[in-house]
Amino acid sequence: MTIEIKTAKMDTVRNTFGHIARRFGDKPATRYQEATYDIAAQTNFHYKPLWDQDHELNDPTRTAIVMEDWYALKDPRQFYYGPYVQSRARMQENAESNFNFFDKRNLAAKLPDGIKENLIKFLIPLRHAEHTANLNNMYCTAYANYCTAVAQATLFEAMDRFGNAQYYSRIGLSLDGNTGDSLVEAKAEWMNNPIWQGLRAYCERTLTIDDWFETFIAQNIVLDTLLDNLYFEQYDVWLSEHGAGDILMLTEFMRERSKESHRWSDSLIKTVVNESDQNADQIKSWISTWRIRAQQALEPLATGLLSEDALAEAYAALAGRLKKIGLAD
Amino acid sequence: MSAKKLNLKDKYRLLTRDLDWDFSYEDRKDAFPFEEFEGIKITDWDKWEDPFRLTMDSYWKYQAEKEKKLYAIYDAFSQNNGHLNVSDARYVNAIKIFLTAVSPGELAAHSGFAFTGRQMGGIGARIASQMQSIDELRHIQTQIHAMSHYNKFFDGFDEFSHMHDRVWYISVVKSFFDDARSAGPFEFMVSVGFSFEYVLTNLLFVPFMSGAAYNGDMATVTFGFSAQSDEARHMTLGLEIIKFLLEQHEDNVPIVQKWIDKWLWRGYRILTVVAMMMDYMLPQKVMSWKEAWELYFEQAGGALFKDLERYGIKMPDYTDLIKAEKDHLSHQAWWTFYTNSQATAFHTWIPSDEELDWLSEKYPETFDKYYRPRWELAKEMADKGERYYNEGLPQLCQTCQIPMIYTDVQNDPRDIVYRSTKYQGERFHFCSDQCQHIFEDEPEKYVHAWLPVHQIFQGNCGGPGGLEKVMDYYKLDVGNANMDYVGSPDEERWKNWKGVA
Amino acid sequence: MSKVLIAFQENDESRYIVQAIEQDNPDATVHFEPAMIRIENEGALTINKATVEEMMGCDWEVQSIHVNLLTLTGHIDEDDDYFTIHWNN
Repeated sequence: MTIEIKTAKMDTVRNTFGHIARRFGDKPATRYQEATYDIAAQTNFHYKPLWDQDHELNDPTRTAIVMEDWYALKDPRQFYYGPYVQSRARMQENAESNFNFFDKRNLAAKLPDGIKENLIKFLIPLRHAEHTANLNNMYCTAYANYCTAVAQATLFEAMDRFGNAQYYSRIGLSLDGNTGDSLVEAKAEWMNNPIWQGLRAYCERTLTIDDWFETFIAQNIVLDTLLDNLYFEQYDVWLSEHGAGDILMLTEFMRERSKESHRWSDSLIKTVVNESDQNADQIKSWISTWRIRAQQALEPLATGLLSEDALAEAYAALAGRLKKIGLAD
Repeated sequence: MSAKKLNLKDKYRLLTRDLDWDFSYEDRKDAFPFEEFEGIKITDWDKWEDPFRLTMDSYWKYQAEKEKKLYAIYDAFSQNNGHLNVSDARYVNAIKIFLTAVSPGELAAHSGFAFTGRQMGGIGARIASQMQSIDELRHIQTQIHAMSHYNKFFDGFDEFSHMHDRVWYISVVKSFFDDARSAGPFEFMVSVGFSFEYVLTNLLFVPFMSGAAYNGDMATVTFGFSAQSDEARHMTLGLEIIKFLLEQHEDNVPIVQKWIDKWLWRGYRILTVVAMMMDYMLPQKVMSWKEAWELYFEQAGGALFKDLERYGIKMPDYTDLIKAEKDHLSHQAWWTFYTNSQATAFHTWIPSDEELDWLSEKYPETFDKYYRPRWELAKEMADKGERYYNEGLPQLCQTCQIPMIYTDVQNDPRDIVYRSTKYQGERFHFCSDQCQHIFEDEPEKYVHAWLPVHQIFQGNCGGPGGLEKVMDYYKLDVGNANMDYVGSPDEERWKNWKGVA
Repeated sequence: MSKVLIAFQENDESRYIVQAIEQDNPDATVHFEPAMIRIENEGALTINKATVEEMMGCDWEVQSIHVNLLTLTGHIDEDDDYFTIHWNN
């Protein structure tokens, strides 16, 4: 015997909002669609920004990239606010559990000699690079505000990177017994050690870029791909081989999040590149400029962290990614 | 060695405060170019106090919990045709105004806080701004989702985004947020963070959300409660920015005072629509606008300004005017919308006899004397089949963009307040000394305003041509979304659903 | 002296928090309204983690107040063990 719960059927007057129906047809819409498409102000702005009289408040011409329809840059993860925080809440629960495990069993004390110093010198300073990534993605959010599909994704990226910065800080606290000494040391490394100055200069430079899409390229495509490979592929292996595999629990969040985020940024760039030759050429030009700068910036770091061959391997990873998103050399 | 126990304050400071650094390779001014142009002086960003020390992982955790609970209600609401439980379909017109006017304002606020979240020099202020930016995104998205179900069954919701950029009464709210966003980062934080989110927030949120609660609108009230704890964080950011700026340098005091005066006024003018909503659009009344103002501003605001006295900040000098206006505001506003309802994307109606009596009771000094006779005339005309609609377009105030409906309430409430200023050969009109003053302080900014009525006359709203062209330009569904509730498709459907003849 | 105000959604968890507030702030007034509990007190109001845990019978994080909070007035001070609001006048 089947049981059917009957609910009263009511005919709807319409299926969705006008702008959604014009875009997707007259049918019920998804929550991602209703939350994202065509909700940003487009026209008839009342005042010019005092801080930029050459543009409107929401203005696609703040970038050299041109899209017929910016909403083509849909997030394949379909993150609007709800799914985004819920996804990160699940991930932070795992991270929390990992940190608790590490701390309760005093795994810091069990690390082989020299590892703690290595981490403070090479891993913890990444918190400052993540801080830059937070700022750069906020920059994109502020200026891509005419297209919520892009602005919300860069906002989520910005908050993620801030979360990363805090997790790297917590690793430091796990290593120094909550004194904060490791963070002071790591900052001194970031500020003074020659191996970090290239990256620090690169970070400072990205914060002065004008075109927000160029910022996106310099940060999310060029730099992140290289650092991800160095740290989450090569350094991971090095840590395991040197008896410090426990640390991988503490960087799990950063690693997994990055992989997931690349699904979005890959899709975004691919769509922009496919739109027009001008877009493709512009992006290639930016990549060409920033990969050279990144090369200079990361040489000492990669060598110090791993070996002289490490950066080349990272560049191979970058080349692979660029090929995947339609930017083969 | 066992780890030192860290308290919340210390832990937050260690995780967050030290992330930024003094630049060596670029001029920091190139990375943060907007810190000085407003004349604000910051001597030490380290003095910023983070009021809520929410780390990112805690943010995700608690917000996810709120989202789960909220969307469970949304699902239940739509599965069970929750819209049938509202007190009366007239109520739904209140939330049509909310979605078309307020919700896109949330997105504008999100964008403004993204801007300050990048441009502020101090990390504490940046992180608080960033969290507010993502909260405001949450708000527009959860509002859209709350209203999504209503949109399927009622007129007037479906073109909220298109209308926000074009429709005459909605430009009041759009211009407020455009004004804030076009200002510098410090003014933005004072305008939205302090004036709106701290001083006036209870006068926007509580009326709408309580209105929802009293009128059976489970989706909106649940949204409202869920958003409120975000609002608590926003309020504290607003209060902190004020305290911080005032403590940083005495030169900041007159600038901040000017902003407080300007933004409380602009925010107060927006509340005109809330006043009318509370007094005229809720079948089940929560309290009168007058009562709400007395509770949430006169009492609560008083405590706040007393605290700020130590910095040399004063209550704006127009608070007596606002006090006098509270007996008139809602009545003037509803009358305006009633008589212009051929051009509103929501319905209006004549109050019932019980409602007229409630208004008499709540406004003993003014309602029977100035406003009840209008409704009696309106009813007379409607009964004759001549329901009144204005044939002209109202003159708008250049600053607040509201029709010039405000009267000289402190002297003769029958006299409309007209102010005007000549600037570079053109005459501009204002509803009040305060709006005039705002214009005269920054005329180059306010001359650019896209005033809906001017634009219609200039032929920029689908024209040249008649009002039909404008309605097309608005995508206003004539005959369905506009005009009186009585005789509307909303009314007919409601009667069918409820099995009422 | 000015009054501070704090309001919570009316649900199971909030009721324990309110009980803790009443115990630690005996002069506070508590109003029950539709779906909301509103509490006012002269000058200041404190929520102590220990008292809430006593009422609830389990661990409670001060920061989880974010899930149930509706609104408040006054200057905030929060730490691991407490949450207070106060006016300086």
